[in-house]
Amino acid sequence: MTDKSLQLTGKSLQRNQINIKSLKEKFIKGLIYFSVFLTFGIVLWILVHIVFNGFVKANKMNILSGDESILPILMNTFYIVVLAVFISTPIGIWTAIYLNEYAGKSKLVHLIRFAIQSLAGIPSIIFGLFGMIVFVVGLNLNWSILSGALTLSIMILPIIIKTTEEALKTVPLSIREGSLALGASKLRTIKGVVIPSALPGIIISIILSIGRIVGETAAVYLTAGMVPRLAGSPLESGRTLSVHLYILAKEGVSFESAYFTATILVIFILFVNMISNKLAKKYNKKLKGN
Amino acid sequence: MNSKIIVDNLNFYYGNMKVLNSIDISFYENSITALIGPSGCGKTSFLRILNRLNDTVSNVKVEGNIVLDGTDIYKDMDPITLRKKVGMVFQKPNPFPMSIYDNVAYGPRVHGIKKKNELNEIVERSLKSAFLWDEVKDRLNKSALSLSGGQQQRLCIARALAVEPKVILMDEPTSALDPIATSKIEDLITTLKENYTVIIVTHSMQQAARISDYTAFFLLGKLVEHEKTKYIFESPRDKRTKDYITGMFG
Repeated sequence: MTDKSLQLTGKSLQRNQINIKSLKEKFIKGLIYFSVFLTFGIVLWILVHIVFNGFVKANKMNILSGDESILPILMNTFYIVVLAVFISTPIGIWTAIYLNEYAGKSKLVHLIRFAIQSLAGIPSIIFGLFGMIVFVVGLNLNWSILSGALTLSIMILPIIIKTTEEALKTVPLSIREGSLALGASKLRTIKGVVIPSALPGIIISIILSIGRIVGETAAVYLTAGMVPRLAGSPLESGRTLSVHLYILAKEGVSFESAYFTATILVIFILFVNMISNKLAKKYNKKLKGN
Repeated sequence: MNSKIIVDNLNFYYGNMKVLNSIDISFYENSITALIGPSGCGKTSFLRILNRLNDTVSNVKVEGNIVLDGTDIYKDMDPITLRKKVGMVFQKPNPFPMSIYDNVAYGPRVHGIKKKNELNEIVERSLKSAFLWDEVKDRLNKSALSLSGGQQQRLCIARALAVEPKVILMDEPTSALDPIATSKIEDLITTLKENYTVIIVTHSMQQAARISDYTAFFLLGKLVEHEKTKYIFESPRDKRTKDYITGMFG
């Protein structure tokens, strides 16, 4: 009898332990779900809030065609993106090729890598300040699309170099040796098989930097100025979307317009991300056949 | 038989380590020579010396003379000219991530052939020589990576043939393939000796016995024995060769 009751208490003790264990597990699981919900919820909330205020509620006709028209600002943004990418991409890709294929491990190379890393960590307002002093004032380019693009191209350089270098690193030695064994020179091997194999990574680096440019405010504000008209030439000033948004919100001109601009920015960034994903997938598929 | 390549007193170092020790060997025209030996005996290093692919690795040193058709390949020839004459097929199929056609045309293009019909001809001829033409002739523009492993390896052989080499080096070309693909490649290799000198590194004794005319046995960086394959497998002179081919070690 006593034995049995002892056994019983033992069992219930065990059961208690199991209960505590499963409770703990449930708690941690709950925490995980909550975190996921919070992250996802916040993103969704921001998106819905912006799109609802900027697109559903706002008077679109006014924003698209009237005095407050956003179209010239869209065009300015487009100009700056094209110009900055055009300046930065070749320099970035060549630097990455040098670093990954030729540089080796000297002290100088170490220094260059350190400089690139530092460049990536500098807050954008400092690029803006630098651009203002060097391009706007020093080179007398004034507040202009060109000054903005030059500043931004320095800012996105580390992104392009880093991502391109990572892509070059993934090209296997076996393919390089295959090319060399056919009598191709090193340069020919890089041009003929290494770069084509790394192309998706290189394209993604460019798309990422486009996203960065479109989202940038401080550096553009200080170098491209804030004239709300279409820039007739690269030497004229023109505000970009994010600068426009900043001014609209800060000066309280029109929250409707600000929300609409934000909507366009968000949609654009989503679009850029989608394209880069699609491209990467498509290219990988092509490489793998079918 | 004519000697295609004559290796005279070759030493090879990785840093301070002597990987190959006074190797003397000749490779005969239109024959297949198998290089056998346990892992780490230096046979792959030796193969990569013959097309100077080791040049791309830092910290290596080659001493001695290697003569191809009367010309010393280290002293009187640049690696690009050499590699046009001495092609290579690797252990794992390594097709380039481009179309089947472009893979084969890569070498000729590198060496300056641009005319479309000339390239077409080379691609067809090379793929036919590699027994691959019938399987891929309708999809030359498809990615080479869509081929099976065995097809990929035959493509790599076709790619090597396209630059019209004199010698073909093969570094365990079937080790990553299944038995059927392997036997296809072995058949292919035996037909290649009509026009080329073939040097093949292999881990498989049976493969060496099946396809090669000569066999060279390497052990610890030294060439132990180099003879007609028949003699090596039937009556090896060296006890170490005998122990290795009968599976006492390796």
